[in-house]
Amino acid sequence: METLLAIVSGVLYASALYMMLRRSIVKLVIGLMLLSNAANLLVFTAGGLTPGAPPLVPEGMSQPVGLIADPLTQALILTAIVISFGVLAFAVVLIHRAYEVVKEDDMDMMKDTDK
Amino acid sequence: MNLSIALPILIPLFAGALSLVFWRSYMAQRWIGVIGTAMLLWAGIVLLHTTWQEGIQVMHMGNWPGPFGIVLVADLLGAIMVVLAGITGFATALYSLVAIPREHEKFGYYPLLHLLLAGVSGAFLTGDIFNLYVWFEVMLVASFALIILGGERAQMEGAIKYVTLNLFSSALFLTAVGLLYGVVGSLNMADVAAKLGQIEGEQQGLISVISILFLVGFSIKAAAFPLFFWLPASYHTPQVAVSAIFAALLTKVGVYVLFRFFTLIFAHDTGLTHTILLWVAIFTMLTGALGALAQSEFRRVLSFLIIGSIGYMLLGLSLMTPLAIIGGVIYLIHNIILKANLFLVSGLVYRLQGSYELKKLGGLYRSHPWLALLFLIPALSLAGIPPLSGFVAKFTIIRAGIEAEAWIAVGVALLVGLLTLYSMIKIWNEVFWKAPPEGGYCEAPAYTHQGNSLVMYYLPIAMLASMTVLIGFAAQPIYELAEASAAQLLNPAAYIEAVLGVIP
Repeated sequence: METLLAIVSGVLYASALYMMLRRSIVKLVIGLMLLSNAANLLVFTAGGLTPGAPPLVPEGMSQPVGLIADPLTQALILTAIVISFGVLAFAVVLIHRAYEVVKEDDMDMMKDTDK
Repeated sequence: MNLSIALPILIPLFAGALSLVFWRSYMAQRWIGVIGTAMLLWAGIVLLHTTWQEGIQVMHMGNWPGPFGIVLVADLLGAIMVVLAGITGFATALYSLVAIPREHEKFGYYPLLHLLLAGVSGAFLTGDIFNLYVWFEVMLVASFALIILGGERAQMEGAIKYVTLNLFSSALFLTAVGLLYGVVGSLNMADVAAKLGQIEGEQQGLISVISILFLVGFSIKAAAFPLFFWLPASYHTPQVAVSAIFAALLTKVGVYVLFRFFTLIFAHDTGLTHTILLWVAIFTMLTGALGALAQSEFRRVLSFLIIGSIGYMLLGLSLMTPLAIIGGVIYLIHNIILKANLFLVSGLVYRLQGSYELKKLGGLYRSHPWLALLFLIPALSLAGIPPLSGFVAKFTIIRAGIEAEAWIAVGVALLVGLLTLYSMIKIWNEVFWKAPPEGGYCEAPAYTHQGNSLVMYYLPIAMLASMTVLIGFAAQPIYELAEASAAQLLNPAAYIEAVLGVIP
């Protein structure tokens, strides 16, 4: 399972980079979305996939018994998903506004500030 | 609970929320801006004083002990950076009173400014790597919104590059966080540092990969060579007050984090990372100085000089000797203050002559000699002319380079000092010395609420310039402060003990 997820997240990274290197700003944002998902999946996989019980402490004990799933990676990803959702919403609005102002969907036409 | 560490984060958050409450009252928002940033500065000074007197301060959030809860940690470097954020925040808020048009205030300029400062302070004070990621995002979201306030074409184009590159670096950061958690099983900086010291064998290679991922991610944020292209493409596009606070703080957050990570966490294998850092520093200095030579727009010249200064700080980090770290810390202190100041000066020049293009400016020495003096102080200080603050900083770093026998770095650092001086003289000649351009210039229209008084423009500029002079003349206390902070950085065991309560 880990191998499979590792390959999936690698493919996601690769396609994200490919999309970001295109000239269209729409594809740029799609690339950013794939990139954040790739990172989230990698955090999830790298934390270790343990098919264990929920991390609950039974009554009267101070620590859980047996094999438990690590809740921390899931908490991390949850935070990261919320953050990337907000940031990507901003990015989508940004390219929409940029398209309205510049009237182009082409990064090559947006070089005025580089001179 | 040691609340004084949380105050520099809570004050701007609270001030931002309060500004939102007064959404329609711009006057209230303006003064909340000034008072809030003044309180941030005060909280920073209190924190620095406590840290100086009593050593590293730690606050366990929710009273969860050691590596389990999120900790806030203030060592001397963190506290110094908070004070600097307070100084530049306060200067920017004063300047914003007159320099921010009403349409920008209408779309939430002040709440965003406070949010930015909260994110910056959080990044300086957190002791947890994932929490650092969150503060980075808080800071980034606020800066994204600030950079496009106004919605001009140049801002949109600049913002696309700024947003993309910063999100890319955040993704690298998150990737590295995930891998690090997989290897170490902890994200508390002190705990990670303690555990990494014990890892041996096969996993060493993975640790090196992770350290390089962090290095690349933070280098993008710090605008180090070859990852700096977003900075000169975007920093000259927003309002000048926004440019000033970006120039002063945002890249330096990246530098601060590099200092933190590569002295505390990844200090075991310095042969690899610090050699890369050394070459990055050399090329960053060179590209910054050479790029500035080729520019003819006031704020673009300054943008490239930001990159040049980042090179000096990274040079201090890469040599890793006590003297070099001292030099890096002094350079951070002096550079944050004067970069904000130079951008504020460029804004006042724009107010007087209605342009940032050097060839459309001129004759300001004759009409405004005091402004010329106030430009000359940070300009000469940046070039490293004694007795101003830049001399102390450059002298320390170059001396450290000579002691470490890093001859190429020393040569480049000296050359870049000359090139910086040349860029500054170019601005001086074009803006202040030469006759006004033919056909005259048009004064930028005053925003309706500010009247014709220039006092509020001069006040923050004069305040920052006097600090530059002060650091130059009273270098001894600053040097002692930097020395103590370098000693803390080079002794990770004390940091780990302060956070976890055990000696590793």
